[in-house]
Amino acid sequence: MNIMKGRAFRATATAAMLAVFGAPVMAEEIFYVSGAVGAAVENFKTLVKPWEDATGNTVTMVPMPASTTDQFGQYRLWLAAGATDIDLYQTDVIWAPQLADHFVDLTDVAKDLVPTHFPSIIESQTVNGKLVALPIFTDAPALYYRKDLLEKYGKTPPKTWAELAETAKIIQDGERAEGKADLWGFVWQGNAYEGLTCDALEWIKSYGGGQIVEPDGTISVNNENAVAALEMAKSWVGTISPDGVLAYQEEEARGVWQTGNAVFMRNWPYAYTLGNGDDSAVKGLFGVTTLPVGKEGDASAATLGGWNVAVSKYSTHQEAAISLALYLAGPEAQKQRAIAESNLPTIIALYDDPDIAAAQPIIPQWKDVFLNAVPRPSAPTLGKYNEVSAKFWSAVHQTLSGEGTAAENLELLEVELTDLKGSGW
Amino acid sequence: MATNDVGGAGGGLSLSQQRQRAAFWFIAPMLAALFCVAAWPLMRTIWFSLTNTALSDLYGGEWIGFDNYLSLRVLDSGRWIWRGTLVDPAWWNAVWNTVRFAFVSVFFETILGLIVALVLNAEFKGRGLVRAAILIPWAIPTIVSAKMWAWMLNDQFGILNDIMLRLGLIDQKIAWTASVDTAMYAVLTVDIWKTTPFMALLILAGLQMVPRDIYEAAKLDGINPVKVFFKITLPLIRPALAVAIIFRMLDALRIFDLVYVLTPNSAATKTMSVISRENMIDFDKFAYGAAQSTLLFAIIALFVSLYIWLGKVDLSGEGQK
Repeated sequence: MNIMKGRAFRATATAAMLAVFGAPVMAEEIFYVSGAVGAAVENFKTLVKPWEDATGNTVTMVPMPASTTDQFGQYRLWLAAGATDIDLYQTDVIWAPQLADHFVDLTDVAKDLVPTHFPSIIESQTVNGKLVALPIFTDAPALYYRKDLLEKYGKTPPKTWAELAETAKIIQDGERAEGKADLWGFVWQGNAYEGLTCDALEWIKSYGGGQIVEPDGTISVNNENAVAALEMAKSWVGTISPDGVLAYQEEEARGVWQTGNAVFMRNWPYAYTLGNGDDSAVKGLFGVTTLPVGKEGDASAATLGGWNVAVSKYSTHQEAAISLALYLAGPEAQKQRAIAESNLPTIIALYDDPDIAAAQPIIPQWKDVFLNAVPRPSAPTLGKYNEVSAKFWSAVHQTLSGEGTAAENLELLEVELTDLKGSGW
Repeated sequence: MATNDVGGAGGGLSLSQQRQRAAFWFIAPMLAALFCVAAWPLMRTIWFSLTNTALSDLYGGEWIGFDNYLSLRVLDSGRWIWRGTLVDPAWWNAVWNTVRFAFVSVFFETILGLIVALVLNAEFKGRGLVRAAILIPWAIPTIVSAKMWAWMLNDQFGILNDIMLRLGLIDQKIAWTASVDTAMYAVLTVDIWKTTPFMALLILAGLQMVPRDIYEAAKLDGINPVKVFFKITLPLIRPALAVAIIFRMLDALRIFDLVYVLTPNSAATKTMSVISRENMIDFDKFAYGAAQSTLLFAIIALFVSLYIWLGKVDLSGEGQK
């Protein structure tokens, strides 16, 4: 009798549990790996909560260093080893061709979601017809400027780089004379890493100096305009930018900016929300505009950034992982990210969303900027992109630190890239 | 040996042979472990360096001989160019950085370590506590101390610039890790700070082996302390010092973590290990990186052999019998 009772009880309990969870699937634990920049880690829990509630699964975020170069090295290692620990990778827009083999093809599962995204971004994540990753936000940098300081000195946001340098100098000198010894004119990303490739590409492109390697594979970097652009940037170091800018990544630049010690900053949109946070010294005191141009009439150039989510081929929870990827790339998560972290959505309709426009006025403004953004040459250079980028940022970093002139370094760079290219990329 | 063997000639094994056999079985597990964790990876790396293996396909490499080290290529234009690590300026820059780093850091660590050890060898109150405290930099994991120093050396928020500015030693903030001129000094400073305790500890062990009565005799003879140090202390701790220097040299030549955290991509501080990792992982040139690792191994082996040979260092301990 007792045994019978026990069995009956157990059966009822199981049935009750099934009713609660909806399906006879065990709750799964998914691991998501991503670089930790700005508020990404803090916001992630809130971001995935609705998905966790709906599916009963849990997500753990594995934070990585902020530098994309460091992240890439680690991811490549994990993927080459076929690591099953990580289910989802947050990937940079430039990685798709290099890591394509390790990720699940998302073409079929995302066929309803894909048409709502900007086609150019979807295309950047498609390698030989395989959709490697789903875009979760896009990025195009902005020039941040201090409204209060510009007003005080009767200046307007600069249109050209020369104007920026001039304004920065005047304000820096003026403020320092008033005792603000730590104030700098312009902070940006000058460390030798992927971020410098982005910054330098913008200078060169806005000077009409091409985009390092053109879409057809020609190496175009050694030209007069590019030399002029780099010489201009060199002239900033130690004058309007601190010498230490040569070791800055995004977060170091934001550190100087957000403590109120810079007039201008080049950074991605994520810094907008953080700059307006309660702990920020520049809350409500700054505006954003497009990056300056070489000379009047040139087009401003912003490097196309952006992040995507890819499902590892080696994941043991692929179904749940794909479901999470679809959620993160979907309208609900993108909207949350846009409002909480000022990340630019990749879903076209969200640019007309009134909630986003109210919370982050920068986002609707930014639609045109990123639509005209310059891609880094990851498409033409395929698997060699990292090496191209490393050679480029080294040449730029050397120029900026005074090891050889821009003309000498770019000439050498051209030789190295030609060598690397060999008979074809 | 030979005389011992004569005694066991009647059948069975001599005592010495039995001992050797027993010793072999005691050592066997360690030999097996060493083969797995040292010899096998080393041989595998050397093999990889002779193939065109890529990280994404570790088992698909094909034999290409010494092309990763040196190869001659004819361009379409008919021009001949040499390719490979041995003609790669980035590699030789890294070799130079590493060697410079190793010599300078080991030199300062030895001098400072010796001074610290002499102080700690003297009798004073609370010596045990000071001995423990001085080991702290060595006990902190390198990644942690490197990150800590990175913040201290930061140009805008760093405490070092702040202190020096207040003391009037510098008139503007210096970007220690960013500037090509100071990046190497920054790395050296942190390494010396971190490893001096290790040197001090090894030298201290040597100092404690020196018999006290020699010092007493010297004292009675009225020999001045400087002479005592150079004529008695230094010769007696030389074996310990030599071993400590070899250890540090081996360590310094394969320096990776400190540079990787402080100045990861600066050509002024890139060392052999850093550049080899970069090729293996970031650039997907696994075999090329393996060739650099192999050269790194060869260079370290060369340095250590040279040092042992030139310094007549007695590692086998035979001389003490």
